Amino acid sequence: MIKFLFKGLLRDKSRSRLPVIVVTIGVTLSVFMHAYIVGFMGDIIEINARFTHGHMKVMTRSYADNMQQLPNDLAMADVSSLLNDLNSQFPATTWSPRIQFAGLIDVPDINGETRSQGPATGLGMDLLSPLSTEKERLNLQKSLIRGRLPEKKNEVLLSEEFSRKLAIDPGEQLTLISSTMNGSMAIHNFIMSGTVAMGHEALDKGTIIADIEDVQYALDMENAAGEILGFFKSGFYDDETALMYAERFNSSDTLNNDEFIPVMRSLSQQGTMGTYVSMTKMWSLYISLVFIIAMSLVLWNAGLLGGLRRYGEFGIRLAMGEEKSHIYRTLIYESLIIGIAGSITGTALGLFFAWLMQKYGIDFSGIMQGSSMMIPSVIRARITSADFYIGFIPGLAATVIGTMLSGIGIYKRQTAKLFKELET
Amino acid sequence: MENSSIIKIENLVKKFPMGKGEFTALSGIGLTLSQGEFAGLIGPSGSGKTTLLNIIGSLDVPTSGLVKVLGQSISELNAKESARLRKENLGFIFQSYNLLAVHTVYENVEFPLLLLGLSSGERKKMVMDALEWVGLTDKIRSKPPQLSGGECQRVAVARAMVKKPSIVLADEPTANLDAANSHNILKTMEELNRELKTSFLFATHDEKVINYLHRKIFLLDGRIDKDEVVSN
Repeated sequence: MIKFLFKGLLRDKSRSRLPVIVVTIGVTLSVFMHAYIVGFMGDIIEINARFTHGHMKVMTRSYADNMQQLPNDLAMADVSSLLNDLNSQFPATTWSPRIQFAGLIDVPDINGETRSQGPATGLGMDLLSPLSTEKERLNLQKSLIRGRLPEKKNEVLLSEEFSRKLAIDPGEQLTLISSTMNGSMAIHNFIMSGTVAMGHEALDKGTIIADIEDVQYALDMENAAGEILGFFKSGFYDDETALMYAERFNSSDTLNNDEFIPVMRSLSQQGTMGTYVSMTKMWSLYISLVFIIAMSLVLWNAGLLGGLRRYGEFGIRLAMGEEKSHIYRTLIYESLIIGIAGSITGTALGLFFAWLMQKYGIDFSGIMQGSSMMIPSVIRARITSADFYIGFIPGLAATVIGTMLSGIGIYKRQTAKLFKELET
Repeated sequence: MENSSIIKIENLVKKFPMGKGEFTALSGIGLTLSQGEFAGLIGPSGSGKTTLLNIIGSLDVPTSGLVKVLGQSISELNAKESARLRKENLGFIFQSYNLLAVHTVYENVEFPLLLLGLSSGERKKMVMDALEWVGLTDKIRSKPPQLSGGECQRVAVARAMVKKPSIVLADEPTANLDAANSHNILKTMEELNRELKTSFLFATHDEKVINYLHRKIFLLDGRIDKDEVVSN
C-alpha cells in the first residue's frame, strides 16, 4: 500500500514536484532572510566593536568605571605579558591593544608658527606590525582618501574632513599636544601620511589614527595601553560566549580590590551597547518571525489547496472501502514527505545563498559615500545555528498543518458528498 | 427468494435538507434483491436512483426505514464497519470511470486487493484474471489517459470485479460510451454475473442497459412505480 501511494505521489507532479518546489522556495527565502537580517543587524554591532568596543574589552577596573572619559592615567601597565596571558587563555580570540586619547592638533607653517589648530580624538593601534590585522579590521585601505597608510614610525592618518579644516596635505608635519599617562604635558611631532573617511560623523569630524608604539612614546605609556580589545576569530559577536569569557576572566580576581586589576567587559556590558544587543536580538527575532509566519501562511494554503483538490480521489478510495482515517493518515504522511524534502532542499539552498552573502557580501560603499551614518558599507548575511532548523517551521509544520486542516473535510463531509465530488 | 436475499429494504425514506425545509428523495421504498440478480433501477433524473444506490452502497444512510445489505443494517454501521462492507463485498462502477490517472491499468485493478491486504502473489493472479475477463491483458502497463473510453470502463469493471464481490453497484455505466462499447461492457458484465454469480444493480435511464436487465425496477419521484422480472 505504501509503495502504491508513493508511486502515485512521485508520478503526480502536481502532488509532488510542485509542492516540493513551493516548499523549497519558501524555506530558501526564510533561511536566507533570517541569515540576512541577523547579518545586517550584527554588522552594526561589528562596526562599533571594531572601532571602539571590541567583542570584549580588557581594562583596569578604574578605567572601566570611567570609560567615557578615556582616563589613560588609569591605563594598564605591562601589557605585553597580559597579552600573552590572554592569548593562551582565549586562543579563539585575537587581542589588540588600543589607546584612545584626546588632544590638540597643531599644524605649523614654514616658520614653525601655528598655521591651524583643532581638537582631536585619537586612536592608537598596531598599524606597523606585519602580523597585525587592525588595518583590515578598520578597513583603512578602502577608507583612504588621500596619501597612503602609515608605513614607518611617526606617520599618522587624519580624517579627511579634519585635514581639510586644518588645511594640511599628506607629507606635511603636525604636532599633537596632549597629556602623558602621568599627567604632564605631551608634545609630539608626526607626519600625516594620508587621510581617511570612515563614513561615521563622530570619527570623521576630528580623528587622528597612529601606530600604538608612537602613541605610547608620545604619551609616555611604554608597554601600557588603555584597553585591550578582543575579537572572535569567527568575525562575529557572540554575546553568550563574550559574557562567559568575561565571567571566566573576572572570576579569578573577584576579591581583589586593586583599582588597577584588569577586568574584562563583553560588548554588551559596555555602556548602551547592552541595550543595542538586546534590541538587535529582539528585532532579528521579530522580523524573522513575521517573514516565517508569512511563508507559513503561503505553505499552509498550498497544503490546504493540495488536499482540497484531491477530494475526488478520496471519493474513489472511500468507495473502494478505504477508511477515512486511513486516507487522512496517508495524506499527512505525504505532506510529511513533501515537507521534509522541501525543507531539506530549501535549507540547503538558503544556507548556500546565505553563505555566498556572508563570504562576499554586497558592497554599497559607492552609494554610501558622504553618509554620516555608522552603518556597514558591505552588507553581509550571517549563518547561525538557527538557520539549520528555522526553515522547518514553514516547510514542515505549516505544510503538515495545512494538510491536516484540509483533511478534516474528509470527516466533516458526508461520504456520499465526497463520493458525489467524483462526478464534478 | 427470501432465503437468498442479499439486499432487503423496508419502508425506506431519505430526506435532504433544502433551504429551511427538506426535500424527500426516497419515500416508502420496499425492495428485496437476491443473490445473482442482474437488476436495474430505472427512472428519469431526480427519481432517486443514485440516492438509493448510495444507501445500498453504505455511502449514505437512510432517514428512516430499514436497509439491510448482506444481513447488515446500513443505519447501524459505524464508519469502519461500512468501509469494511464496501471493501469486502461491494464493487462500484461509475459513469465517468474514476480511475486513478497516475496509476497503470494493473495498479488500478490491484488497488481494492491492496485494501484487503492480500499477498503480492495472490494479487497478481486475481488482477490478471480480472483483466482477462475484460480483455485488457495487453494494456496492463498503460495509464488511463492512454486508453479509450470503452477501455477505461472495462478497467473500471475489472476493478469492481477483481475481489469477486457479492454485489456490484453501477451508476450510469454506459453514459459516456458509444453503442458498440456499451454493448461490449454490458455483455462482459452479464457473463460475469452468470459465471461468478455476482449480483449487479444498475442505476440507469439508458435503453441499451435496460435491454440487458433481467429485472427492471422503475422509480418515479422517489417511489417504486413498477418492478418487473424479465423472463429469459
